[in-house]
Amino acid sequence: MPASFMPSAQELMRFAPEMLLTLAGTLIMLLEPFTESGNKSRLAWLALGALLAALGLTAVSAADPGPAFSNMLLIDEFGTFFRFLVLAVGVLTILISTHYLRSGGHESGEFYALLLFSIVGQCIMATANELIMLFIGLEVSSIASYVLAGYLRDDKRNNESALKYFLLGSFATAFLLYGIAWTYGITGTTDLSLIRSALLNPASRPNEVLTAAASAFLFVGLAFKVSAAPFQMWTPDVYQGAPAPVTAFFSAGPKAAAFAMFLRIVLTGFEPLKKEWEPLLWVSALATMIIGNFAALRQTNVKRLLAYSSISHAGYVLVALTTHSGPGAAAAMFYLAAYCFMNVGAFAIITHVARRDERYVEIADLAGLGTRQPLMAGLLTVFLLSLTGIPLTAGFFGKFYIFKVALDQGFIWLAILGLLNSALAAYYYLRVIVVMYMEPAPEGEGELPAPAAGVLAAAVGSAIATFFLGLFPSSLLDFADKARRIFN
Amino acid sequence: MNFLDLIWLIPLFPLAGAAVQLAIGRRLPKSAISFISPGAVGISLLMSIGAVVQLAGLERRSHEVRLFEWLPLIKADMGFLLDPLSSVMILVVSGVGFIIHVYATGYMAHEHGPNHGGFYRFFGYMNLFVFFMLMLVLANNYALLFVGWEGVGLCSYLLIGFYFHKKSAGDAGNKAFIVNRIGDAGFILGMFMLFQLTGSLRFVDVNEVLRSGRFAVELGTFGALSLCALCLFIGATGKSAQIPLFVWLPDAMEGPTPVSALIHAATMVTAGVYMVARSNALYALTPETSHVVAAVGAATAILAASIGLVQNDIKRVLAYSTVSQLGYMFLAAGVGAYWVAIFHLYTHAFFKALLFLGAGSVIHALGGEQDMRKMGGIKDKVPVTFRTMFVASLAIAGIPGLAGFFSKDEILWQAWSSPLGSKALWMVGFATAAMTAFYMWRLMFMTFYGTPRMDEHTLHHVHESPKSMTVPLVILAAGSVVAGWIGMPKVFGENGFMQALEHWRAPVFAQGHAAAHEAASHAHHDTTMEWVLMGLSIGVALGGIFIAKALFFGGGNIELRTGGPLYPVLLNKWYVDEIYNFLFVKGLTINGGGAMARFDANVVDGGVNGTAWMTRMVSRISMWYDTWIVDGLVNLSAFTVRALSFPVRFFQTGYLQTYALVFVMGILAIFGYYWSR
Amino acid sequence: MPFQLPAEVPLSWYLILSAILFVTGAAGFLIRRNIITVFMCIELMLNAVNLTFISFSNALGKVDGHIFSFFVMVVAAAEAAVGLAIILTVFKNRATLEIDEVSSLKL
Repeated sequence: MPASFMPSAQELMRFAPEMLLTLAGTLIMLLEPFTESGNKSRLAWLALGALLAALGLTAVSAADPGPAFSNMLLIDEFGTFFRFLVLAVGVLTILISTHYLRSGGHESGEFYALLLFSIVGQCIMATANELIMLFIGLEVSSIASYVLAGYLRDDKRNNESALKYFLLGSFATAFLLYGIAWTYGITGTTDLSLIRSALLNPASRPNEVLTAAASAFLFVGLAFKVSAAPFQMWTPDVYQGAPAPVTAFFSAGPKAAAFAMFLRIVLTGFEPLKKEWEPLLWVSALATMIIGNFAALRQTNVKRLLAYSSISHAGYVLVALTTHSGPGAAAAMFYLAAYCFMNVGAFAIITHVARRDERYVEIADLAGLGTRQPLMAGLLTVFLLSLTGIPLTAGFFGKFYIFKVALDQGFIWLAILGLLNSALAAYYYLRVIVVMYMEPAPEGEGELPAPAAGVLAAAVGSAIATFFLGLFPSSLLDFADKARRIFN
Repeated sequence: MNFLDLIWLIPLFPLAGAAVQLAIGRRLPKSAISFISPGAVGISLLMSIGAVVQLAGLERRSHEVRLFEWLPLIKADMGFLLDPLSSVMILVVSGVGFIIHVYATGYMAHEHGPNHGGFYRFFGYMNLFVFFMLMLVLANNYALLFVGWEGVGLCSYLLIGFYFHKKSAGDAGNKAFIVNRIGDAGFILGMFMLFQLTGSLRFVDVNEVLRSGRFAVELGTFGALSLCALCLFIGATGKSAQIPLFVWLPDAMEGPTPVSALIHAATMVTAGVYMVARSNALYALTPETSHVVAAVGAATAILAASIGLVQNDIKRVLAYSTVSQLGYMFLAAGVGAYWVAIFHLYTHAFFKALLFLGAGSVIHALGGEQDMRKMGGIKDKVPVTFRTMFVASLAIAGIPGLAGFFSKDEILWQAWSSPLGSKALWMVGFATAAMTAFYMWRLMFMTFYGTPRMDEHTLHHVHESPKSMTVPLVILAAGSVVAGWIGMPKVFGENGFMQALEHWRAPVFAQGHAAAHEAASHAHHDTTMEWVLMGLSIGVALGGIFIAKALFFGGGNIELRTGGPLYPVLLNKWYVDEIYNFLFVKGLTINGGGAMARFDANVVDGGVNGTAWMTRMVSRISMWYDTWIVDGLVNLSAFTVRALSFPVRFFQTGYLQTYALVFVMGILAIFGYYWSR
Repeated sequence: MPFQLPAEVPLSWYLILSAILFVTGAAGFLIRRNIITVFMCIELMLNAVNLTFISFSNALGKVDGHIFSFFVMVVAAAEAAVGLAIILTVFKNRATLEIDEVSSLKL
């Protein structure tokens, strides 16, 4: 057996964050039966510690970029960027969830373990350089997510959300996998860089019909995961039904990782097919923006409203993707980072207002929040303004760069339509703000308790990130710009 | 102390004030807020004066402070530029802003009721507004300008909507915000194009590139530059309430009066004018777009003025008046007289702020009454308010010696004489001047003269406002008199102040409008014409005042006065509405005979009555446009929203297999796409 | 001339078979009413994928396609475990396995 089959210490180091999280997750599962029901928050602390340590290890492994495990993983700046992002989302999610779970009497170790496993999957998605590895990362992330969506076993909404997510998700995965199988058949490999050279090589120019089939299936699978139209229909139902902290997580972590995957496939392996993909992405981006925004206009449930809004945001990122360019990738990366913070922040407040059993998730339930809890209302206002795209917030620059790149690359109509869409979005975000400040608090409603420390920390942290990215976007953009160089 | 290098501090004081008030304002006593809020703006004012004085001493009157690189991708800094143009703006913003803040401490002190706790928030937002406005005018690039641009819009929204917990205010705030977003989309597009064309967003760089001769003047063609300029102008129409996006401003009067004065008269709404003037190098290369700017400005001026003729709400008259005056500014900018536009902006800030504050004082005295039909005969009870508003009304009407005269007359002269101007533009401006004099003096006569028309109780309580409100009025009144003197028309003497002013602004407008400059100096020889036109405009101003006096002086039954012999028609407003309905809704063809008969019956009266009727008619058309076309568009878009969100909701049935079906149809569509390739 | 079977079954036959399996699975997913059956249709689709992998692997003369099919099987097993658990909770709460009954979240 040649020595190269054994991973070197260097390779293991590059994979350290994932290994650490897996161990921590397993440890939490093992400790769970031995932890008194009053002490479950220790497990949360453990998970939090593991995530922070993984962040540290990610920084360490970023110092020594390169491939691992026979080129199946590629730890580069692009991967590092998304690793940081999903880990940060994980930290915020744990902060939001502890109080939520405790108040409902549902706190247990599995939740944190599943969260960690899901994040492991997302980290693999971010760094995978090979289709089978991508698939495994995706499934690790998804299977844990299915369980999280239905975490409160006795809640009908949770059940339904989990079932829909599971069935439709597996359905989409089957398509993705079928696409991978065909790609393997056509090019004889699943390694993205080899796929690229196979597609470029005129001598072994693959059959066009088969290539079309393979890329169509792949596209469908990827589009489902980022909830791009017309494969977005699961999103509102799943987001509405899942527990609020889990929805916060879904709307950020898996989505960012799926976009990482999408970006890598579109810009490396399948870059030679960009002429064929471009119209697909163009139409999908536009439809995603329109469907997300228009459907959001008439929602009354906040979680559902944010679900549609997250669809529309996916549409903006797809605009960047459509350009098939390095700057487009950088813009998409920046946007995703901005989006993760503002969206998770908004969900943190929603979780707080929803209270036990999520009885208060209508927009009307936010009435009078401006006077009842000005700090919470103020923070939510910040997030909503950022989602709207008001300057000095991260959301503005995210949109700004995306539309700038689109114009630079000659996608003028797409940019104009996107801008109009984002103008429209102001309507439904503002409606929420108006309700918070201008309508009196409903009578006879239970007292809104003071926010839990974790929720407060998550919301304030997200708000700081939102403003920081709005005031000093170059700090992150420089990094994204460096990371996207791998695509040129 | 080197104020020039510290200009970046100017916006920061109001920001700090806002932060303090919004963070801990709840725990502070009102007196502390009343001190902090104007104080923060006051410091900015002092710093601004210091900086402007030092700038005047410089050889090259342009000073840039670049703090750090902010957006490397588009080469935008966190940087500030002080040049003559921004000097005028910061003085207006911090000066008038300071006065209004002082006034507001008096005005808001009497606000009680449900928003009692809003005192600190109100002043916090006011300070925040001043911060963004100063950012806007001091920015050294378009991106940073846009930050201020959006920020002031946001604060305007907060101040219109948040302070009063009433639905109409919330709607008005929403309307303002959304209309502005449409304009912003144009602005962003324009900004992108500008960056594409010139490779920078820094004003200094952009102007240098545009003036370098790399771009030809797009005379008779509509190229990239023209499109870019048009996009920017669309942005300006949103912020500065021009056709077709002016509808939000009158509704914005739902906010407290100091807000109307500060944001919706003196500062924010002029941001569009400032931006166009700032981009003068661009507009100088795009005469086609400049024509559009001038035409839109002129049309807005006359449309808004005509609506103002028949409004009965004192603040609405002023709101339409503001729209109309902004139209004047764009008219000036459109004919290439950017410095005149800024000059009018500057004089307008004084007298319009004064009018609003005076109106606020009247409303205050009458216990919240805004309907002029229920005012009258209070001039002796509120002497300071009356006298100061008297001055302002003379100023805006264009009576010689006061601020408005100089700037308005200069605009009319430029519209006449500039190569980009025309007789038609002058005519429109001239007619607007007549209407302006009329509606302002109608307001004065209805409000202050004649016999009181309010009930006994209210009349008994009419009182002059406190010092904190009247002193600002007096200061602004003084400003309304002297502000124009620095810009006396050249006909009064070749070495007048105007030259100095023009000279002063040279670095900003250099070459940009060389053509206009040349024409202006050329036309200068034609002093006779200028005298004639000036005489005409004075005449028409006086005429407007006298007609107003004839119709509205003396009080008594104001309804009767309004209608005169047309009493039966006007007593019942619906009767007039019916005519208008006949003419515009049902159309002349159906029932045309009956409509024409009534038309005859009304017009035949002739004379003053006919004029009055015509005026009313014009206003009705304008109002009709406002109600049916503009609101119609808004309603249409609401309908579109429903229609478009329907399919989504149609498919979103909750049935899992429907989703899977759509999914499969998506795949088939993709296969279809590959098939058709 | 009598009909003769080819000496070796060509690759395309395997691929067509796998495509038929895949489409059958997808169609079943769309029309079956029982949640368990719907779920089994997904398994069918995954098996179609496995068949594709193995056929290609054999045709290319490489071994990695075989390995991939094992990966897919493992993942499918994990998915089945989670999926059945979810279906169980749905059944516990609603006492039905009719798929259209699970449609309270909509619009």
